[in-house]
Amino acid sequence: MNLETLTLQEQIDGLREKKFSSVELVENYISVIEDKEDLNIFVSNDFEKALEKAKKSDGSKKSQEDVPLNGIPMVHKDIFCTKGIKTSCGSKMLDNFYPPYSATVVEKLEQAGSICLGKANMDEFAMGSSNETSFYGAVKNPLNIKKTPGGSSGGSAAAVAANFSSFSTGTDTGGSIRQPASFCGIAGIKPTYGRVSRYGMIAFASSLDQGGILAKNIKDAAIALQCISGYDSKDATSIKAEVPNFSEDCESSEFEHVVGLVTDLIHSFGDEDLSKNYGEAIERLEKLKIKTKEIELPNLELSLPVYYVIAPAECSANLSRYDGIRFGYRAENVENLEDLYFKSRGEGFGNETKKRILIGTYCLSSGFYDAYYKKAQKIRNLISSDFVNAFKDVTSVMLPTTSGEAFDLGSITDPVEMYKQDIFTIPANLGGLPATSVPFGEKNNMPLGIQFIGNILEESSLLNISNKFQLGEK
Amino acid sequence: MKDNWESVIGLEIHVQLNSESKIFSNAPTKFGSDQNLQACEVDLGMPGTLPVLNEKAIEKAIKFGVAINAEIAEKVGFARKNYFYPDLPKGYQISQLDDPIVGKGSIEIQLGDQEIKTIGITRAHLEEDAGKSIHDLFENETAIDLNRAGTPLLEIVSEPDMSNSEEAVAYLKKIHSIVCALEISDGNMSQGSMRCDANVSVRKKGEKKLGTRTELKNINSFKFVEKAINFEIKRQISCLEKGEEIVQETRLYDAINNTTRSMRSKEEANDYRYFPEPDIIPIQITSDQIQKIKNELPELPDEKKERFINELGLSEYDARNLTYDLELADFFEKTLVNIDDPKLVANWILGDFSAILNKFDAEANNSKVDAVKFAELLTYLKEEKISGQATKKVLENIWENPDLSVSKSIQNLGLEQISDDNEIEEIIEKVINNNPDQKEQFLSGKDRLFGFFVGQVMKESKGKANPKLVNEILKKKLV
Repeated sequence: MNLETLTLQEQIDGLREKKFSSVELVENYISVIEDKEDLNIFVSNDFEKALEKAKKSDGSKKSQEDVPLNGIPMVHKDIFCTKGIKTSCGSKMLDNFYPPYSATVVEKLEQAGSICLGKANMDEFAMGSSNETSFYGAVKNPLNIKKTPGGSSGGSAAAVAANFSSFSTGTDTGGSIRQPASFCGIAGIKPTYGRVSRYGMIAFASSLDQGGILAKNIKDAAIALQCISGYDSKDATSIKAEVPNFSEDCESSEFEHVVGLVTDLIHSFGDEDLSKNYGEAIERLEKLKIKTKEIELPNLELSLPVYYVIAPAECSANLSRYDGIRFGYRAENVENLEDLYFKSRGEGFGNETKKRILIGTYCLSSGFYDAYYKKAQKIRNLISSDFVNAFKDVTSVMLPTTSGEAFDLGSITDPVEMYKQDIFTIPANLGGLPATSVPFGEKNNMPLGIQFIGNILEESSLLNISNKFQLGEK
Repeated sequence: MKDNWESVIGLEIHVQLNSESKIFSNAPTKFGSDQNLQACEVDLGMPGTLPVLNEKAIEKAIKFGVAINAEIAEKVGFARKNYFYPDLPKGYQISQLDDPIVGKGSIEIQLGDQEIKTIGITRAHLEEDAGKSIHDLFENETAIDLNRAGTPLLEIVSEPDMSNSEEAVAYLKKIHSIVCALEISDGNMSQGSMRCDANVSVRKKGEKKLGTRTELKNINSFKFVEKAINFEIKRQISCLEKGEEIVQETRLYDAINNTTRSMRSKEEANDYRYFPEPDIIPIQITSDQIQKIKNELPELPDEKKERFINELGLSEYDARNLTYDLELADFFEKTLVNIDDPKLVANWILGDFSAILNKFDAEANNSKVDAVKFAELLTYLKEEKISGQATKKVLENIWENPDLSVSKSIQNLGLEQISDDNEIEEIIEKVINNNPDQKEQFLSGKDRLFGFFVGQVMKESKGKANPKLVNEILKKKLV
């Protein structure tokens, strides 16, 4: 039996039925990981401790309810602080950073009994759509090593696709879970903003960042999402709301769906393959006898410029703490304080990060604030209300995850082209809405993804439709 | 100030709120611990950490707002104020810009016998304090202490309603007494719990337009506020009289040399790039919440003053001075528990008791003579067992020897008043016999020599003779 190809659900069942042990699972993964080092997926690993924990969990008498993921290996995006373990955020700036605390997501998954095998590579500070901005070099797509795995959670997506683990954590500010999931042919979910605590998750753009899960399928994503969700007193933006039973709801037959479609909008892009795949997705819904309704999202196309004002603005402040004073990279041979700032930040940050800090600083400058930041917030509200209106008639909205399949590493050099990668994923972040990406269709032998966007805190319904869609006809 | 000039002053007062933990973290705020022991990962601005608003800070700010009859915001939002400085861990300060928790309000001040003047308060907003840079700990290096980082601050911004340094000090003292009465700050200026920036400008009398202002930074005592403002007014006037222009700038007050010097000009000023703090969702303040705080408001200095005047019969002047310093007012009331003579007690507290506090650099609440002992001392005076002069001496004596009781001190110093008729008669007879010439002159009409005899008797009794009795008996004996 190839333990590493099992789904999360299969691993949970297998462990419970003692078909295999957690130690066997971990050992299996370690050999796969060591075999595929060339993919550049891990920034750091902790195999020894993982084996130790596996031994412990094999002997554990705790109930399934207390530790739902007991003995299950997993991978964290290197944006989540792990106590005593290097947390680099893909940056030279934090190449020497060993946090004295763990992110709430990390703690929750530990409490659930899961075992972290290593930290996944990512775009620097989650800024990128191809993993190429990482200080540690790009991750290669396990399906085709010439291709990008997507970004910024490229390492997390590749880890699942390459069988390094059955699920991984990721973060999504403008599509950073859904786009790489789509490029690697796996499932991903970014929950409602505030559903998952951001504490200990290194900030890129605070009002957009949200942690989530990448997994082989929606059911697995639901199981793992269950474990990381919930109010956290350490994150003032986390939502005080009951966490439903996602894995049960995911397979429930009680949800009624009306899927919102934007066929005209998709056609307006003039991309035949895009329209074709979207059309086939609609056909699948029809075959599943799921109701659909054409809706309008009139401001969707403004998402991109709005995002590229708000996200850099927030990041310009969030990244000010990397000044070489208390932690992280500090330049040597400096003449004075200003020199220390210039050199530490100049040498510690990569180009993409610097670019976004500059854009953000500019947008917030006196005299430009109203024209950029304030206006962007207004349009953000418009986009949110487009969705509020849409959800009066539908239970979810279906969009492509990306406009195309995974591209060749190094092939996109125009930054605007790169930023356009996020056109379909950004709206959910701007509205704080939960969204999934489900593998569907292919192009040039690479997978494509279909995205479902749900209403705020309606992850159950969203997972349910995504799961139905992924499973297809019975 | 020269006659044809007038000055315009506004103050920004930073008050450290006395919440147990910091405004955005659980670290304690206590003053004086070893460096960096009261800074947690949030205060250090570590990656991934997030601020969580301390509700107590909100409550304390509302208390202040209610006390100055200000509008309280319905929605309280925070903003990031961006600038780089080593003791500012996140590279931005979480402050408030558009939605200050306290809106327009006012307080009243009064100088001497002048009329009451109303000073407008533009706003008061919440923010976090920065850490401290320590330049003298290591040679050629600056050390950072982040214990103070994240301490809640209420920044109280006044209108430019003050026209001289005395008014500025009176305003500052009034704010001080209000925050102390509300118990929202310990008000300790020497420990930095209250710091003050002053905006100062001058203009020709009658001029409507405000002159160019300078901002004086970080003045940390009442005395320095007065000195810094006075210096700056003089400097500005002399500049203008020389035909120079005032540069809009930030100046630092140098207490050692009593000067102000330029820190940075307007051109060099930071662009703080304020924007709404995305990590903290704006909070709503309900009218119920405000009403509840209103209902629980303690007696404010003005109310206390009125009570002292109306119920205790103090003069306006005494009542005002007692209520500037609430510890003094408190000491006053505690003393009254054991001696029912408000006027006498007020006189002594504002006079010799304040003088001795000053002399030993003490506060009323850590006075070495407690209110019970003080009342006992004043009772001796009131019952004419000791003289006023003797009371002063005993006060100093029991201050310096806290274990000494009042009676023991009087005994030790030999200051018990002689109120025995016979004893006084004896002394008087002795004095009269020793001064036959003076007696003759007095009897022949030189009335003012009566005073001479009183003086001689007091001298002979070493000040202990009861003056009232001396007068009575002397009158009889000299006939």
